[in-house]
Amino acid sequence: MTAAIKFRDLTLGYDRHPAVHHLTGEVESGALLAVCGPNGAGKSTLLKGIIGALSPLGGAVRLEGCKARDIAYLPQAAEIDRSFPINVFDMVAVGAWRTSGLFGAITGKARARTFDAIEAVGLAGFEDRHIGTLSGGQMQRVLFARVLLQDAPIILLDEPFNAIDQRTVGDLVDLIGRWHGEKRTVVAVLHDLDLVRKHFPQTLLMAREQVAWGDTAHVLSAENLLSARNMAEAFDREAHECERAA
Amino acid sequence: MIYDTFIGPFIEFEFMRRALVGACALAIAGSPLGVFLILRRMALTGDAMAHAILPGAALGYLVAGLSLPAMTIGGLAAGFTVALAAGLIARLTALREDASLAGFYLISLALGVVIVSARGSNVDLLHVLFGSVLALDDATLLLLASIATVTLVVLAVGYRALAMETLDPGFLSSVSGAGAPTQLIFLALVVLNLVGGFHALGTLLAVGVMMLPAASARLWSADITRMTAIAIGIGLISSYFGLLFSYHYSLPAGPMIILMAGVVHFVSLVFGQAGGLLRNAFAGRHLEA
Repeated sequence: MTAAIKFRDLTLGYDRHPAVHHLTGEVESGALLAVCGPNGAGKSTLLKGIIGALSPLGGAVRLEGCKARDIAYLPQAAEIDRSFPINVFDMVAVGAWRTSGLFGAITGKARARTFDAIEAVGLAGFEDRHIGTLSGGQMQRVLFARVLLQDAPIILLDEPFNAIDQRTVGDLVDLIGRWHGEKRTVVAVLHDLDLVRKHFPQTLLMAREQVAWGDTAHVLSAENLLSARNMAEAFDREAHECERAA
Repeated sequence: MIYDTFIGPFIEFEFMRRALVGACALAIAGSPLGVFLILRRMALTGDAMAHAILPGAALGYLVAGLSLPAMTIGGLAAGFTVALAAGLIARLTALREDASLAGFYLISLALGVVIVSARGSNVDLLHVLFGSVLALDDATLLLLASIATVTLVVLAVGYRALAMETLDPGFLSSVSGAGAPTQLIFLALVVLNLVGGFHALGTLLAVGVMMLPAASARLWSADITRMTAIAIGIGLISSYFGLLFSYHYSLPAGPMIILMAGVVHFVSLVFGQAGGLLRNAFAGRHLEA
């Protein structure tokens, strides 16, 4: 259950404009890492690069100890069709993909784990509810439960606490702590710096390029935060080709 | 009396029995596909694909006359080409898939009508556009039955993949590479059923047995299994009563089948238990919790 992520001079972007620029570093196995930075800093893009949904414009992402398909990924705005007729239980149960696959049965053990996962995110009693009847925060908890069931060595969370009330955030943070205790590698994009300081030992502060990466207390200094905030948000239409050497 | 009205025609005439079997095969396979087309917001895509089949079938007709294999192969080829081309264009250009599909099917329809008219008579054109459900021979029946069998088996095996690809494509692509093949196989099934439907109901109405029962079923249930069962039921009932009306009042059979499905659709719109007009207008007082 140990896996690490390595970035080597990684550039990711859209239409040749970099959103993550020349990033080099390593997320150690079992790390609990927060990714912070202003809007447009490339945080979500970085996660998409890790799972391979976005091919690098330059450099490379290397996974050690696991394949991209074994990563559990909670996107910021999942393209889920909430009008699709499926209930909470089934929605969470597909998280057992690693054991059930495309054709296999959902075993009794997987069913039990599904009930546990639903209870762990505080949705016990919601099993038969249609996903279209859930509130935004409840839906987010359903997706959290699915991640829980995926039993993945690497877990990527993109702003997982958006639209979630305080009490539930507390519960979910405890879950993340449990994953950390099980030596899973967890990377979470977060905006709540107090929460990061309290629960995440390591932080990557980025603003298209890496601003600082290391111990949270050190990374989230006033000086670093100011320099991240000064990032130019819009890309330059007249930008030249990047000549920086690897 | 009741016997003469409801059962007699099918006992007495072989062509009526054949029509009923053919229409039922189409309804059984087409309805589940229709349910998924609706869930995937592709209701009009089905329509567009049905039109896209025409020039292929017309080319088959041009080569071999009203021949089953030639028109089937031509139709399949045209259907797949347009489905793939529309998907490819959406990926490679600024045009979205619906716009590129609309472009293709309009061109196809015009081309198909021109090709058929260039060689044949208006009777042939009517046959191609509206089918000939009352003249199904053994080969055509076998084709319809085979298509229904293949469709149901593939749907059963690929059900989880198709449901996931419809519900949450991002998740599916993050855990498995099944996304793109699932989409392609689903489109292939749709084309297959449209080509089958084309022989019985013609290019213009083939999509009718697929979409109308499925759209009606959505008004009775929001559960996917129940929706599929209801859709198949509506398809079968429409086929039976459509043929019956056509027989007793000498009306064209294919359009009558679709019209029956249309009647059921209007009834569903008004009385549907899951979002019909009356249900929405008189929902009752709000609840305590």
